[in-house]
Amino acid sequence: MTALSISERATARPRREAFYRARTSAAAIPAIVLVIVMVGPFVWLACLSFVSEGHLSLANYQRMIDNPSYWKIIVATFQLSAIVSILTVILGYPTAYLIKLLPPRLATIALGCVLVPFWTSLLVRTYAWMVLLQRNGVINDALIALHIVDTPLRMANTMGAAVVGMVHIMLPFLILPLYASMKAIDPDLTRAAAGLGASPTRSFFQVFLPLSLPGVFAGMILVFVLCLGFYVTPQLLGGGNVVTISMKIQHNVAMYADWGAASALGVILLLAIALIPLVAKAMGAAYAWRMR
Amino acid sequence: MSNAAIHVPHSHRAWLYVLVSIVFVFLLVPIFIVIPMSFSDSKYLEFPPEALTLQWYRTFFGSNEWLAAARNSLSVAAVATLISVPVGVGAAYALNEARGRLFVLLRFFLLLPQLIPVVLAAIGVFFLYIRLNLVNTFAGIVVAHSALCIPFVVITVGAGLKTFDKAQENAARTLGASRLRAFWDVTVPQIRLSIIAAVIFSFITSFDEVVIGLFVAGGSNTLLTRLMFLSLRDQLDPVIAAISSILIVISVLAIAVFVALQRPGREAAR
Repeated sequence: MTALSISERATARPRREAFYRARTSAAAIPAIVLVIVMVGPFVWLACLSFVSEGHLSLANYQRMIDNPSYWKIIVATFQLSAIVSILTVILGYPTAYLIKLLPPRLATIALGCVLVPFWTSLLVRTYAWMVLLQRNGVINDALIALHIVDTPLRMANTMGAAVVGMVHIMLPFLILPLYASMKAIDPDLTRAAAGLGASPTRSFFQVFLPLSLPGVFAGMILVFVLCLGFYVTPQLLGGGNVVTISMKIQHNVAMYADWGAASALGVILLLAIALIPLVAKAMGAAYAWRMR
Repeated sequence: MSNAAIHVPHSHRAWLYVLVSIVFVFLLVPIFIVIPMSFSDSKYLEFPPEALTLQWYRTFFGSNEWLAAARNSLSVAAVATLISVPVGVGAAYALNEARGRLFVLLRFFLLLPQLIPVVLAAIGVFFLYIRLNLVNTFAGIVVAHSALCIPFVVITVGAGLKTFDKAQENAARTLGASRLRAFWDVTVPQIRLSIIAAVIFSFITSFDEVVIGLFVAGGSNTLLTRLMFLSLRDQLDPVIAAISSILIVISVLAIAVFVALQRPGREAAR
């Protein structure tokens, strides 16, 4: 070994260590800041939810059991999310399937059409539905012009309006990943089914549909979980006739500065959001195991 | 083509075409119908408009309140993007290079703001800012928005780095480039598209954010979305149709620019 390479090595090691340190801090510093700004305060609040009048207590949670209005809000949130995720799958599955069948050029255009709403402001899309569904809005005008109804329907500020707006916002969240997972299904399998004499309908229901179910399931859970925490759209389209957990949290903090009640609800919301995908995963694993 | 072997006549799929057309109408029409409606002279925004007018646009551009909110939103989004993109690129680079349990944990923390419901993040931020006297300050809003944007940058740039061949950066270093120089001259141009995507995503994420702004962006630092939300909660102000139309045109243009940038890049890569 020459003297030069030895001296090179001597400087290379501290330099490499400096690089490793810089690399770790590049990830660690923003992670710490994110935790301080976004996560830490909520964890603090979650701890405070177990304190009432200066003592460790479950009063904030007891209230949710004693006060039926809290229970109603929790049930309504789950119902709303379930309805929206089922409707999103019913509309999204055929769409993803057709995009998969389209020739590449048309598929790109179709995906572009799904991306436009995805990147349009959530508030703008919610506003569009508020305008369309209002008493003298386009939809009521059309229904009256077609003599389907005589007097304008009351569509604004209802649960139905919230559902329509939320399905509109959730569809891209289902279609895009579902399309990707359908693309990944081996086309030879449906070809083999056809080769063995299955009709297209039969090969779809017996081969393609079961293979696409994990993607459907994953997309539906994602939509459900996103809906559980949704605030803007159900607030504006429901117009006070729909109250979800996140609205109650916002209300408790902004109106009454009741941090205890708000964070107890927040803990329940967070638990639901963390546990539902885990339970779903376990159920999916059990299903896959049974299908072996 | 994946369906080459199975020939299904188009007529057998008619129901599928009809259903999916309805879905596309449902997805797109509500967005684009706002634009012609914003020119309607009726307060209820008729469609088709009986008479055309620019009065809602005039109201918007004549209102100091709306304009100040729009300016605030633009500056917050710009500064949040300027912070979150470099920070996110650095973090994505580190996560891509390093292995080990520490980095799995760091990745989880970096993605966390996207995993928790925004209402919970918002009350947490509000709770913290009350103690730090940051409520309704520009700095406070920028920090909260940057935190919300960083996960997007980490995901987008991380995906770009996965497809990048690290050997090229090593080759540059063997040829005598410093790490920084190799990163800047070799890696960055290759992941250019992911970085552009990250810039667009960050800007839109901050600009469109509503809930955190509702809690911590009041007073003279109010944001456009906050003002729109508060106004919509009381009544359907037609000025919002004009603002919405402007926002729709901007997002369609942003997508178009991105698609246009993507095309030649892809061909050059082949």
